[in-house]
Formats: sequence, structure tokens, C-alpha cells
Amino acid sequence: MVIKKTHRRQVLVFKYSLSLLVALLVLIPLYVAVLGGFKSMGQLMSNPFGISFPLLPDQYIDLLSGRVGFFWSALFNSVWISVLTVGIGIVICAAAAFALSRINFYLNGQVLTYFLLGLLFPIAVAMLPLFLQIRDLGLMNTYLGVALPQAAFQIPIQVLLMYAFFRAIPQDLEDACSIDGHGHIGFFLYMVLPLSTPILATTGVITLVASWNNFFLPLLVFNDRNKYTLPLGVMDFMGQHMTRWNLVLGYVTLALIPAVVFFIYAQKYIVAGLTGGAVKG
Amino acid sequence: MNATKTMRLRRQTVSTVVILLLPALVVYTLFVVYPVLQAMVYSLYRWNGFGALTDFRGLQNFVRLFGDAVFLKALRNSFIIMVFSLLVQLPMAMVLALIVHKSDFRLAVLFRTVFFLPFVMSEIITGVLWQFIYHPRYGLINYVIHIFRPEAEPLALLADPDTVLWAILVVILWKYFGLHMTIYIAGLQGISEELYDAARIDGASDFQVITRIVLPLIIPTIMISVFFSIIGSLQVFDIIWAMGRGGPVNSSETMVTYMYKFGLERYSIGYGSAVAVTIFLICLSFSVVYQRFLVRAAT
Repeated sequence: MVIKKTHRRQVLVFKYSLSLLVALLVLIPLYVAVLGGFKSMGQLMSNPFGISFPLLPDQYIDLLSGRVGFFWSALFNSVWISVLTVGIGIVICAAAAFALSRINFYLNGQVLTYFLLGLLFPIAVAMLPLFLQIRDLGLMNTYLGVALPQAAFQIPIQVLLMYAFFRAIPQDLEDACSIDGHGHIGFFLYMVLPLSTPILATTGVITLVASWNNFFLPLLVFNDRNKYTLPLGVMDFMGQHMTRWNLVLGYVTLALIPAVVFFIYAQKYIVAGLTGGAVKG
Repeated sequence: MNATKTMRLRRQTVSTVVILLLPALVVYTLFVVYPVLQAMVYSLYRWNGFGALTDFRGLQNFVRLFGDAVFLKALRNSFIIMVFSLLVQLPMAMVLALIVHKSDFRLAVLFRTVFFLPFVMSEIITGVLWQFIYHPRYGLINYVIHIFRPEAEPLALLADPDTVLWAILVVILWKYFGLHMTIYIAGLQGISEELYDAARIDGASDFQVITRIVLPLIIPTIMISVFFSIIGSLQVFDIIWAMGRGGPVNSSETMVTYMYKFGLERYSIGYGSAVAVTIFLICLSFSVVYQRFLVRAAT
């Protein structure tokens, strides 16, 4: 028994030390970025790791006041594009998934297969024609030029997740609805959508994260700095201020704050969205 | 119910279905399916994206592609990223998942959150941040080296063709292990507690419980993460772009950075599309192999 106890303790020590080590490796780069934004270039060079006094908020003040860079406009663009992408995605996917899961019609199965085919297409493959398409549709430098293709590439996974969820809604509810005189649309609006908030939140959140972090598409669509999203803004800013790493780290920190706050708030849905298919599959 | 009424109802259903399906079908076709098909057509032409498609070249773009040393380098790099992810990233994610999947380990929930955090950060911001960590003058790595060996020359890991890919692999590991860990945790939490108890009563050691019970049970979950990992590795772009755009001298080029450089920076839409089609075919063959053999073997 004594041996067993020391063995347990050893296992626990191993678990804690490994977890702690990995956690430090994850957090140190973030810690360095936050602090780096408070340092002068001299302080950064002599002491990139520790806290150096005095803390200089100059970098953050310059960035937030708009004296350097385009932080606020990049933030606004990222938010607006994400809202558009999530909004468009949820509306069109919920409608399609409802039709496929709750209304019997000819070609039901074929249409679903057609949507699911998209799971096989990596977005990179479509990129060059997509660029020409956006150009020919006159969507260059527009928010829709980014939001529509982003929403489009989320359709397969969103339709799949919503389809499975909508199908599980009992037929009794639909019958009750039709006794009340509602047709398909009434059932959809008054019954299915209110019941489906978990799946709508999950698909919305994963779409939001994908949109927020997307770089490739905005890179193709925007050549006007005022339209840059945060990832484009950070990349551009680094190019402009290559020698002022304290400023760059300040920008990185500011750009990360909304994502980290959102992540802590919505972690449950992000995990559900990523593992929903995995657990069942 | 008379015939005309049934007809009217049916027509109503049809129009409902059309109204509900049409927006998604149009957006999806216009921005996903059609561009993929176009890429296949363009890959057979020499074309700069303006004017009519006239200069048909058959498979010449592909021949040129596989004769280009830079593309072969990009292909090799993409496969190195894939092999590294499968052999280093996934086992590490599994070890951590086994450690933190049960909430009886105190702080498990906190550790899970921390490990998953890099995954939700933008690849570009991650790449820029790590450029700083690797910076020869200001960076953390050289700072640490300097403490132990003050006489050492500063390392410029991202500027050296021999080290740049390895330096980026570390960042990829840092960014994505939490995703795979999270997938494994979801699988592990599906295993009933009674199985563990039964095994313990039979005298199984921790190691036996893991290798004989836990791992076999979550093979389906592992297969999913392997699949994500393969498809993701073939499409790496942002991180590479943020950490030196495939340089120095193409030594960290991947298939997608190569496609971007030829297709969009030089407006060789035909040639770039041949790269896209190649990426697609590689992904597709992995999907087919995965469906055919791995899934069947696992179930």
C-alpha cells in the first residue's frame, strides 16, 4: 500500500510538472508581447523577458490614439466583416438545413450531398478563380467581397451540423404546429429556430473565429489600407515599423485582446463546434 | 381533399423549398464549387487573368511544375510539416489530453484553457509574435542563449535556410497541439468510468489501462485528428507568410505560398491553378485512402 501511495504521488508530480512546463511555454510568448509594448527599444534589447521600470505606456497611447497605424479602423473592419459573415452564414444555412431536414421533396438527398462535397475542397484551391470572380463581380475593396466567400466556405460544415440538429426535433412538435395552422415556415420560425439556439451559437462562434483570423481572403480583396482587418493590419504594421519592435508588440497585444476575451467567454461553443463532428464521427 | 387543392399545396411546398434553399445554393455554387471547377479549367491554359482563354497548353503547366526545383522544395516542405505533425504534435497532444482530461486532476480545466488558447489566435499574429521571439537582437531565444553562453554569436534562425523550417515547425506545434488535445479530450470523456474501475480491479497498471483500453477505444477520434492534421498541413500559408514569406531563398516555401507567388504576384493564373489542382488532388487522395482503408480498419 505504501509503495502504491508513493507511486501515485510520483505520477501526480509528473502530471503537474509537465502541464506547468507546457503552460509556461504557451504563456511566455504572450507575456513577452504584453510587456514588450511597455518598453523602450533600449529596455527591450537589454531585458526582453523581465519587467523593466519605468513602464512606458507611450506605445499603447500612440496606437490607441491613432497617431501610429490604423488600429481602430482595423478593429472595426474585423468586427464588421465577422458580423456580416456570421449573419449571412446563419440565415442561409439554417434555411437550407431546415428545408433538407424537415421537408420531403424530390432531390433532397442529392442537394445535401452537393453541399457536403464542399468539405473536400480546401479553400486554397479556389483562391485564384475566387479572386477573379470577386474582381469581375465588382467586389474588390468591399466588405461583402470578403464576407460572402467566407460564409460560402462555411456552408458545408454549418449545413451538416444544423441538419443533424434539426432532424432530431420530434415530429410531434411539427404536428402540433400544423394544428395551430402554421405551415413549414411557421414551424421553422416559431419552433425550430428558438429550439436550436445551442447549434446556432456553436456554428456562429466557429464561423466568427474563422472570419476573425482569416488572412488570405482579405489579402486578395483589399488593397486599400482603410479596409484592412486586424491580421492584415498587423502584417502591414510590421512591414512599416520593422525597427520598432516595441510598437509592433503593442499592436500584437491590442489585436489579441478581443480574441482572448471572446475565447474565454465562448470557449464552450468553440470546443463543441470543433468536436461535435469528431465525437460522433 | 380535391385534386386542385393538393396541387396547390404541393406547389406551395415546392416554392417554400426553393426559397429556403436558393440563397445557400447560389452563394455556395458561386464562391465554392464554380471557382474549384474554374481552377481545373485554368490549369490547362497559359493565362494572365485578363481577356479570353485562348492559349491551351494541355498538361504543360503540370510538367513545368514538377520540373521546378522550387515547387519540389515546397512539396517536400509541406510533407515535412505533415510528418512532423503526425509524429510529434499528435503524440504530444495525446499525452497532455491523458493528463488533463479528468477533472479530478486539480487545475485541469485551467490547463485545458491555456493549452487551447493559441489555437484561437490568428496565424498572422502568432507568426509576427514569434518573429520577435526568434529575433537575433531582441528576441527571447537569443536572450536565453546569451545567459548561458555570453560569447555565442546570436542565432538568426529565420534567416538561415537550414533552420527556418524547423523554427516554423515549433510555432506550428505551439499553435495547434491544443486543437488536437481538445479533440482527444472529447473522445476520452466518452469512455465510461466503469471501464477504468473494472480494469483496476483486474490489476491492470496505469500504462496497461492506457494502451489496452483507452487508446483502442478512441481510435475513431484519433483518426479524425490525423485527418485534420494531414489536410491542414497541406494548406499551411498564413504562418509561413508572417514569418518570412517562404524565404530565405524559398527554403520555407509551401505549396500554397508557391501558388500565391506564381498565381497572384506574377499573374500566372494558369500555372497557379495547376498548383491548386495538385493540392486538391493530394488532399483528395488522402481523403479517399482515409475513407477506404483507415476508417474501415478502425471500425
